[in-house]
Parts: sequence; C-alpha cells; structure tokens
Amino acid sequence: MSTLHTVNKSPFTHNSLRSCLNVCSDSDGILLLEDGVFGAIPSSPCAAELQTLIGRGVPVFALEQDAKARGIEGKLAEGVQLTDYDKFIQLTIDHRCVQSWY
Amino acid sequence: MRKKILFVSRRAPYGSSTARDAIDVALAASVYDQDIGYLFMDDGIFQLLKSQQSQGIDQKNISATLGAFALYDIENIYVHEESLKERGISIDELIFDNLQVLNNKSVTMLLNEQDQLMSF
Repeated sequence: MSTLHTVNKSPFTHNSLRSCLNVCSDSDGILLLEDGVFGAIPSSPCAAELQTLIGRGVPVFALEQDAKARGIEGKLAEGVQLTDYDKFIQLTIDHRCVQSWY
Repeated sequence: MRKKILFVSRRAPYGSSTARDAIDVALAASVYDQDIGYLFMDDGIFQLLKSQQSQGIDQKNISATLGAFALYDIENIYVHEESLKERGISIDELIFDNLQVLNNKSVTMLLNEQDQLMSF
C-alpha cells in the first residue's frame, strides 16, 4: 500500500523535503505545495535526490496554483508534474495514507 | 473497526505546542481501542531525552507526559535511527525501555503498513 507525501516547506529553509525523501518508497507519491514547490526547481538542495526518485518511477507533483503564484511554473525540474486542486483530491484518494511533512 | 494508526512526531518540545498536541491526540485515540504506534523522528527525538528539566521555563516536562503511554497501552514506540545519529544522541539517553530503533528503510515499511497517519 502506498503513501502520498505532501511537503509544504521550502527545502532552502527546512528539512521537511529531505526527511520525506529519506523514507519515500518506490510505490509512493510526492506532492509539493505552498512553499514546498520551491523543492521542484533544479537548484533546490534536494534536486538530485528528487530526480533519482523520479527516475525510479515515483510520481512527483507540484501544485500549479502555488507554483504559478511564486513565479516558478516555468522553472520546474524535468519530470515534475503540475497538478490542480481536483487532482490533489484524487491523489489523496488513490493513496492509502497521507503523510504531511511540514 | 480497529485501525492501525501511526503518529509521526517531528517537533522538539517546548518551542511550540505541536509535540504536546500529538501526545494529547494519541492518548485520546487510544481510548477507542485502536492499534496505535508512535514514531519519533527529526527534532521529535528530543522529546525523549531523560535529562530534561523544564521547571525553569514554567512548562511541564514532556517526558513525564510520555510516561502515560504505558497506562494507555501505547506500546509500539519507534525512534528514527538517522535522526538520533544526526543529533549525536544515543539510545541510553532516552526514556522508555521498549523503544524500537528504525532506520530509513524500516520507517518506509512502517508508514506503508498503516491505515491512518497522523502527522505532527
């Protein structure tokens, strides 16, 4: 059974994303929202680890409204998928549990 | 229906009420005869230090509150190994003699065994 990990803090100021990546399994999913979307840019402190997970097939999403609001929609690393609120709800349904890293 | 519920506590005590809130919710949940686990990771492991003396900041010692877990039959208590190492804390500095030390991989498995995660 898989877990949806949500991260809402910037990896430039918090360890939330790193903590998440340390225990994320290959069958899990990651959703970046609020300031967490800064984790999706290629210069993020966890960018390499995030790319490794994407390469292993872990879906990584960034909430579109939050990325747009912060002006980084065009700066997202390869493989990061944009999602809206409806898709966010669907993701919480598709995964058995949600772990919120905040 | 009995559910597997894991509390994930990642905040240090005293600086905010988050650590104490998590304990309150866990104690309340235990009354409903659920299968409760409690995981300390990141700064959450600081809640477990035996050496806490909180009188000077007029707050109740959180390790004393954690002592209530046994009375409420919360016996599956986990601590994240990498969080301990990163902070230079050893297991013998911690309260509870039934702590289960889990590495990253074991935490991954633990998370995916649950019906419900409570993130604090």
